[in-house]
Amino acid sequence: MVWINQIVQGIMLGGLYALFATGLSLVFGVMRLVNLAHGDLIVLASFLSLVIVDNLAWNPFTTLVLVIPMMAVLGFALQYLLLNHTLDSGLAPILATFGLSVIIQNALLEQFSADQRRLHVGSIETQSMRITSEISIGWFSLIMFLVAVLLLVGLQLLIRRTRLGRSLRATSDDQRTAQLVGIDNRTLYGVAMAISLATAAIAGVFLGVYTNFDPSSGPARLIFGFEAVIIGGLGSLWGTLAGGIVLGVSQAIGAQISIGWGELTGNLVFLAILLVRPRGLFPGPEPA
Amino acid sequence: MSAGAAPRTAPASPLLEVENVSCFYGDFQALFDVSIEVGEGEKVAIIGANGAGKSTLLASVAGLLRPVSGQVRFAGAAVGQLPAYRRVAAGIALVPEGRRIFPSLTVEENLRIGAHRRRSGPWGLREVYELFPALHDLAGRWGGTLSGGEQQMCAIGRALMGNPRLILLDELSLGLAPKVIKVIYETIGDIAAQGTTVVLVEQDISQALAAADRAYCLLEGRVSLHGATAELTRERVVEAYFGVR
Repeated sequence: MVWINQIVQGIMLGGLYALFATGLSLVFGVMRLVNLAHGDLIVLASFLSLVIVDNLAWNPFTTLVLVIPMMAVLGFALQYLLLNHTLDSGLAPILATFGLSVIIQNALLEQFSADQRRLHVGSIETQSMRITSEISIGWFSLIMFLVAVLLLVGLQLLIRRTRLGRSLRATSDDQRTAQLVGIDNRTLYGVAMAISLATAAIAGVFLGVYTNFDPSSGPARLIFGFEAVIIGGLGSLWGTLAGGIVLGVSQAIGAQISIGWGELTGNLVFLAILLVRPRGLFPGPEPA
Repeated sequence: MSAGAAPRTAPASPLLEVENVSCFYGDFQALFDVSIEVGEGEKVAIIGANGAGKSTLLASVAGLLRPVSGQVRFAGAAVGQLPAYRRVAAGIALVPEGRRIFPSLTVEENLRIGAHRRRSGPWGLREVYELFPALHDLAGRWGGTLSGGEQQMCAIGRALMGNPRLILLDELSLGLAPKVIKVIYETIGDIAAQGTTVVLVEQDISQALAAADRAYCLLEGRVSLHGATAELTRERVVEAYFGVR
């Protein structure tokens, strides 16, 4: 029974990993940008929330009202003013986001020191719903999972059903032809990054409540995001959720075998899937 | 071949003026001081051999390529430095070589996205479906699953959805069955009848000359011949096309 419990906890965590992955795969899909700073931007969102909590004594959930728009504006500005200028030049975008990652980590270290931090949302953190005597689901974990799923559904609807989503898909298919139908691709890239960092804001606040963070936590978040994308298969949001869950469950099972084996097991499962199914478990349609 | 020396058949106030345009791909010069004029409502063909610079010329008009020197004027305004998406808003639509249908959009979405910067005019989803009834039956199909002819209809429909004043058609007949080519060329008359100016690029000379009022022939990046199609003899066209005497 303790195993089933671990699997359930892993599924809940998987929702969060799917959120990391969604932000990454959105910008990769639309502008072929590998954002190496995504993990650090998630941690930046955790710290933004912390600053608001410390100064205004808000609940971390409430801080989302400010953190989401702040991160979205940052995303648009970052893309429009910096990353757009690197797009047509080979390695430049990946180097730019790598540099950004270093800058964010050091700026956070300078401002907040290397101490481990945590966001607190009150008693809901420790309350849980008892399913059987051995299995219980924390309310917070459940909320985190449901928010992640709702967000994925919302993004899926945005991409499939709206005019903006249509433009994003068209640009992802063929950015040159997208310009020929009147799409301003550079502004659209800014919007895609804004959406990506809005998901990073939500991921950052939930992660800050779920576990400790410090200025150097970003790269580990980035790895989990990449692993979820690759396990699930690029180009499908449901694959991303499945990828996040597979990663979360692997880590939970590993940690049950031995407490230090959590992340290692996740990495091994990721490598195994990369070997056996290089396009992931649920790949999107073949590129035409 | 300056604007002042334009042929008698060119109209008084052209919709499109390409003035002494030179274009490069890296170090390779694809166009040398090319000048053309297209009047509102005209059907103009640009012919030439493979690599003569026809598609480059269209790309520089549509804004995919910025000329190194020279100017592109549309409806009297200089547009040579505007990005492609702003030229769409001004009324220039390009149906690109290879059709370039968006594979992850349905046929109907491919058409609707053509109206992204829709100007007012006669063309809408219903009118495009009337022009190409085959597309109506395919509305829900993914763009990536269409045959060549279906893609070409969809690409023309997509361009029309924005109600352009000028539609540029690049290599319309390339890779299509003769029956399909016939259907597509018949629609060009319908498009022009709605007041849209048509510029078409073709390797197939007889097809292009039959459909157009005037023609320019490009040879190695330069205009080698222009005039009303009715006045062009086959001999002169062949000479201008291949550069042989």
